[in-house]
Amino acid sequence: MSLVIELFLEFVLLSLVAFGGATALLPEMHRVVVEHHHWLDDQTFTHLYAIAQAAPGPNVLVVALIGWEVAGLEGALATTLAMCLPMSVLIYLLIDRWEAFSGRRWQKAISLAVAPLAVGLIFSGAALITQAARLGLSAWLLVLTVVVVNLRTKWHPLWLIAAGASLGACGLL
Amino acid sequence: METTPKPVGPDLMALFLGFSSVGLSGFGGVLPFARRMLVEERGWMTAEEFNTQLGLCQFLPGPNVVNLSVVVGKRYQGVAGAIVAPLGMLAGPFLIVLLLAMLYDHFGSLPLVQGMLRGVAAAGCGLLFAMAWRMGAALRDKLLFLPFSVLTVAAIAWLRWPMPIVMVVGLVLAGGLAYWRLGRK
Repeated sequence: MSLVIELFLEFVLLSLVAFGGATALLPEMHRVVVEHHHWLDDQTFTHLYAIAQAAPGPNVLVVALIGWEVAGLEGALATTLAMCLPMSVLIYLLIDRWEAFSGRRWQKAISLAVAPLAVGLIFSGAALITQAARLGLSAWLLVLTVVVVNLRTKWHPLWLIAAGASLGACGLL
Repeated sequence: METTPKPVGPDLMALFLGFSSVGLSGFGGVLPFARRMLVEERGWMTAEEFNTQLGLCQFLPGPNVVNLSVVVGKRYQGVAGAIVAPLGMLAGPFLIVLLLAMLYDHFGSLPLVQGMLRGVAAAGCGLLFAMAWRMGAALRDKLLFLPFSVLTVAAIAWLRWPMPIVMVVGLVLAGGLAYWRLGRK
């Protein structure tokens, strides 16, 4: 099977379980792209995640970066399309009926159930990136500082990203 | 059947440009910017409509903001709008990201760049941990549902089980519990 088609199919599958958006999908993308197919190594995956963090736009575009590194422009288009198309079609078909099942007991139950799973997925994503990046003590201190500052202040996250970039560029991490 | 007259809506060009501005303005998630553009700046939706329709976008898997742009596009311009709105949202950021990827391919091996990316990744992880914390703190019925977060971390990060299986099992168990809990109130 051609690489682009394989990439497309893997990301269609990913899109179907992307509860909590692309951020919650990080662990599974790592499992599929790095551990299963060996399309990228740990270091490149971490770098792509970092680039996506620093770039403007929807979080989902990290998949375009992954597609690009695996299979060039076709790869980037394949992963982005695969990620967006299936649910876009479904939502196009369902939106007019949404009012009818919004508020039903089973609908509320699923919404309640998704939330704790998404918390676990996002935590796992962060944990896996710290592992893949093989962070040292000083980098862990930065992680903790960012957690505290982000929870305690209203600073824009971009400042924290910029601080991380500067510290890293100075070779301190 | 139409009882309320629809406001004169945006045409395809306006949809494309409106969502382009959203896509290009956000860092680390564009949802707040989408809300500001749709509800406050252009009045394409009321705050209430925004919340209801976002409900479906968050209920289904997939990138929420892209789903939302499909909904708004369909509402004003049918199929064409549902294609043009997400295109507007993604085209600009997609090109920027590819440009960054090309720069990375050329300069990614420089120690300076590697150090920078390392720092950004570390800060990004901090933001993710904080996000997980905040979402965890916002959970209702923590005693019942927080254990599912812990189990998810164990299955995904530690045991490295495939996410589709974990999500199906998790949704059935946590969903069943939530269904039962909703019935008791």
